[in-house]
Amino acid sequence: MKIAVCLKRVPDTTAKIVVGGDGKSIDESGVKFVPNPYDEYAVEEALKLKEAAGAGETVVYSLGTDASQETIRTALAMGVDRGVLLQSPGSADGLEVARALAAELRDGGFDLILFGKMAVDDSNHQVGAMVAELLGLPCITAVSHLTIADGAVEADREIEGGVEVSGCALPAVITCDKGLNTPRLPSLKGIMAAKKKPLEVKPVSLGGGSVTVVSLVPPPERKAGRIVGEGIEAVPELVRLLRSEAKVI
Amino acid sequence: MTTILAITEQRGGVLRKVSHEVLTAARRLADAMGGTADALVIGEGPVGGADLLGGYGADRVLVASQAGFGLYSPDGYAATVASVGAQYAAIVFAATATGRDLAPRVAARLGVGCATDVTDFAVEGGKITVTRPVYAGRALQRLALSGAPAILSVRPNTIAALKSTRAGEAVALPVPAFIARVTVREIKAPAVAALDVTEAAVVVSGGRGLKEPENFRLIEDLAAAFGNAAVGASRAVVDAGWRDHGAQVGQTGKTVSPGLYVAVGISGAIQHLAGMRTSKVIVAVNRDKDAPIFKVADYGIVGDLFEVVPRLAAEVRKLRSEG
Repeated sequence: MKIAVCLKRVPDTTAKIVVGGDGKSIDESGVKFVPNPYDEYAVEEALKLKEAAGAGETVVYSLGTDASQETIRTALAMGVDRGVLLQSPGSADGLEVARALAAELRDGGFDLILFGKMAVDDSNHQVGAMVAELLGLPCITAVSHLTIADGAVEADREIEGGVEVSGCALPAVITCDKGLNTPRLPSLKGIMAAKKKPLEVKPVSLGGGSVTVVSLVPPPERKAGRIVGEGIEAVPELVRLLRSEAKVI
Repeated sequence: MTTILAITEQRGGVLRKVSHEVLTAARRLADAMGGTADALVIGEGPVGGADLLGGYGADRVLVASQAGFGLYSPDGYAATVASVGAQYAAIVFAATATGRDLAPRVAARLGVGCATDVTDFAVEGGKITVTRPVYAGRALQRLALSGAPAILSVRPNTIAALKSTRAGEAVALPVPAFIARVTVREIKAPAVAALDVTEAAVVVSGGRGLKEPENFRLIEDLAAAFGNAAVGASRAVVDAGWRDHGAQVGQTGKTVSPGLYVAVGISGAIQHLAGMRTSKVIVAVNRDKDAPIFKVADYGIVGDLFEVVPRLAAEVRKLRSEG
């Protein structure tokens, strides 16, 4: 089984976000970057599927600047066979990113292309499905349970108030949600091995796109709240405020 | 004439509430751009509530009906929207499980970008700009959409549905031929029917302060007292296996914007705040007066949740029974 995983380098989920001097992007100084958490589910799933198949190849793709090489190495340390960096500063337009990935993946002969359901930086939730559309492949997004047998995919995805069960044939694109698996940590042996694994760098140039960033600003501060009181004595006053001031009961 | 298309959603042959929010957004765009708004209803046979969409601002209601469209068909729905999409100045989706899957597919088919999970929008110089939370709510991004059509999805509960009397003239929309690559077989309902945290008007969430998974019954009881509340959970208790991850509010869970969010025994880690800070009113109950949750809470009670929560449930029940 030949499996591609698309991986994005993102700020750590606990990083303090400061708007940069351009007013459109973040100030990266002092920010720790990590592989996108949802993409780690994709990496783990690829490794599990290859192990279960007993043969095959896993390849990780990342579109980003040279700094993304470190992110790719993390996936290689987890066990992915080789990596490809599509060298580009990226785009606010997910379709431009999808076009570059699709062009690279089109002739790769993959049985399965895995993404995280979204990246936790821009929360776009779109590139996986777009790549599938561009390649004319079946796609199931935000998958929290996956079974692959005899070339057929069965997947569960969480929807509001239920679970949607769908199926498709391979080759396919799947985007991964939390709950799919528990990503392994790179072992020391894996980290050493990753240094010797192939990592190809390919410059790509993205189109201008139809989505552009106008500005990035901090979220509005919530106006300071108040402690209504301590213990159960405060409950009647809280309920009164919720009814007469906040008007939510 | 500039026209805006609203993509409604149905489940079990009945329009979902978020459809009114999507249509309201489309109506506002149409009014700002001096145009008309169409609502698209995709389903199998008659869809309950489709005839009332004029009351939420639809000049026309396009009805695409086909066997198999009762459940979501990623390829069929995408083909249907794409078949008329190029005629519109903008297409508005809901940022729901379905809309998040469908919007990028349509965008790719029409060769334009899209802006997902939008919480506000404006029309400036005939162009649409949108505001959306990024970095899990730690920043707001404004995007200019120059695609024709502009494609956006709006976050549920952020655009208040507005009544607006229009003709809502029903027009049958033929479904184009398409290749069904993915088949949705069924929707499995949870063992206990539960409101989803992203859609409920009130969300009551519990965290590690509950000490034991059994104690979530306190949270469930408080949610029941509000009547229309969903039960949420912090990452800590989801990771500990107390609750399904579908209930998780936060950066790697769901982002919610209910009218009222009650955080019980949740300290307020940055990644939890990311998921609920856009709630209209936040209440926190925590024994630690220095817990970060109190920095975002409109109303806080410092105290033992095992005493406060049952009393709160009782008081809310009393008040609601009085009307």
